[in-house]
Amino acid sequence: MTATKITPSGFTDEAFEAFLAAREEPAWATQQRREAWQAFGRMEWPKSDQEEWRRTDIRMFRLEKYQPPQPVSAEAELPPALLAEGVQLGGRTASLNSQTVVSELDPSLAAQGVLFGGTEQILREHGDLLRPYFGGPAFAMGHDRFSALHGAFWSGGAVLYVPRGVRVAEPLHVLAALTDEGVDLSRITVVMEEGSEATLLTETAGGGKLAFHCGAIELLLAPGARLRFVSLQHWDNTVWHFAQQQARLQSNAQLQWTIGALGARLAKVNQEVILCGEGANAQVNGVMFTEGKQHLAYHTLQQHEAGNCTSDLLYKGALQDQSRIVWRGMIKVDPGADGTDGYQRNDNLMLSNHARSDSIPGLEIEADDVRCTHGSTTSRVDEELIFYAQSRGLTRREATRMIVSGFFQQVFDRITIDSVREALGEAIGRRIREYRDT
Amino acid sequence: MSDQEVQTDILKIEDLHVSVGGKPILKGVNLEIRRGETHALMGPNGSGKSTLGMAIMGHPGYEVTQGAVWINDENILEMGPDERARRGLFMAFQRPVAIPGVRLADFLRHATTNVRRPERREGEELLPMREFRKELREKMAQLRMDPEFARRYVNEGFSGGEMKRAEILQMAMLRPKFAILDETDSGLDVDAVRLASQSIAEIGRSKMGILIITHHDKLLENNVPDKTHVMLGGRIVETGGPELARELHANGYDRIRADHPEAAAEEEAMRQDGALQKAM
Repeated sequence: MTATKITPSGFTDEAFEAFLAAREEPAWATQQRREAWQAFGRMEWPKSDQEEWRRTDIRMFRLEKYQPPQPVSAEAELPPALLAEGVQLGGRTASLNSQTVVSELDPSLAAQGVLFGGTEQILREHGDLLRPYFGGPAFAMGHDRFSALHGAFWSGGAVLYVPRGVRVAEPLHVLAALTDEGVDLSRITVVMEEGSEATLLTETAGGGKLAFHCGAIELLLAPGARLRFVSLQHWDNTVWHFAQQQARLQSNAQLQWTIGALGARLAKVNQEVILCGEGANAQVNGVMFTEGKQHLAYHTLQQHEAGNCTSDLLYKGALQDQSRIVWRGMIKVDPGADGTDGYQRNDNLMLSNHARSDSIPGLEIEADDVRCTHGSTTSRVDEELIFYAQSRGLTRREATRMIVSGFFQQVFDRITIDSVREALGEAIGRRIREYRDT
Repeated sequence: MSDQEVQTDILKIEDLHVSVGGKPILKGVNLEIRRGETHALMGPNGSGKSTLGMAIMGHPGYEVTQGAVWINDENILEMGPDERARRGLFMAFQRPVAIPGVRLADFLRHATTNVRRPERREGEELLPMREFRKELREKMAQLRMDPEFARRYVNEGFSGGEMKRAEILQMAMLRPKFAILDETDSGLDVDAVRLASQSIAEIGRSKMGILIITHHDKLLENNVPDKTHVMLGGRIVETGGPELARELHANGYDRIRADHPEAAAEEEAMRQDGALQKAM
């Protein structure tokens, strides 16, 4: 890590230049940053009259409260990683406030040409290899001011590159941690070459009293590649979380993407799956739990550019206290993408009369021969179920927990990684209080 | 536990008044069941039999306005339903609800642990998996149930017969001191009722105090009641032996109504009130 101290002066031109000066990276990458910074300067923060932000109020967010990523002290402690518990890993990285502090890869994987490590390190050592993929259309820096800010100041995160035909059996793990007043602008890039296979578990943790994440994830799957990708958002309930996430699947690629959304004060995430090649298959699983005054907004897109692809999305959320979940889903089928099979569903379970969920499925179909279905439900915890469980000796809280875990079972049944199911189940279980109809 | 101790457990219902939605349904019920006894509770539809079961178990929609229910020297009306279960009370529901996504085995492991270890606190260890599974398999075999059944979600998509058998299985695992069986025979064909009747006898007789709420006497074939109670208009109007159950099954409730005109009038009033409410 570079030791140069950046003068803390907010996200200004001066700070940007100082940030660049402290980094060693290919010139083309620096150029991407400059373009993004210019875009940032031209743009305004999203407003509530834009459809995408109509239900998500960010007027309390103040960028001035944060500084660009700063070097961290070597002794800083990392929070525990839920998804890595009891799992034999093939490699792991961890970052704290956007600075990579751990980067490990099993030498046998490295010998097969697998690249895995902190984003800066891989970019420095293998810039030419990454150039065609890095900061590509997924980041669409023009999307909004947050993505432009990320494009300019991204820092930390991880790169995974799996060469053609290589199968990585053991999961790899990426942790992004935040401390009080910290900023995480991490970027995760996964490049799966033809016929390769891997499992990548990513998670976030920490945040203290106030922190800010503005991140990006890009998953690029070449023909026949198979990836199981997990992103668990588990910040403290104080963190502002803005993320742009996209997967692009070439022909016959297969993706299982599981999102866990438990943390953050406010989250606004765009999760996009683009099926670019014939016969690709994406399964998207969402597990959300909110409490207190959390507001989590997840906007999902399943875009069928090529024919004969399958996309199957199931988001399930449980809401406690006065929290709110917004899910806005869209299946887009481009002209000519015949043989499309698209599915999207969102179910929410209300654990309080003061919680609120907005569930907005959408379809835009421009091809003729397609099968697209969507649906959403909102239900409450049924007192009769609680009484039944109580009559068998379960306490009210145990009954509530059991009913909630039963609610999530359908999505857990789809997740093929045991440790992920268990970690999500336990993390949710810890948060559930007993249900009272008030 | 010695036989003598078994004999001492007693469930005592004292002058119980219960309202549902502000409407009085039970109007002073008295009943005493000792562990090891089987009692039948009969009566026409709407006489308050199921209300008695729900109130004893502690359903929040059934408001006790007067009276007490004792297990030995504790008034269980002051307890939540889960505490009552931990004191050894069980009810087999007439229409058990489904709990989507929760496997019967997981549900029952949790329930069995809590009931057998009443002092257990939330989060503490459950019964060891291996031990529990073994016992569950044995009990299921006894009830002629496919072991795969335990992997299904609680009551979800169960047939009427499966639901009732699952209730009996839960009773067998929870080993209550007192069990209320609310129309465990309803909706079952003759063979299923016979099987249920035999199972209850095998599992329960002599170990539990049982209150069988029923319209018919089929369930009583293998569970000959020590006492038969007849409920009418929210009160127990007559108590007799097994011959009373046989009489009611053969001749219906006309004789009861004739002998207890006041209760019959109450019953009629409740029925009309109910019909009126449905019509609205």
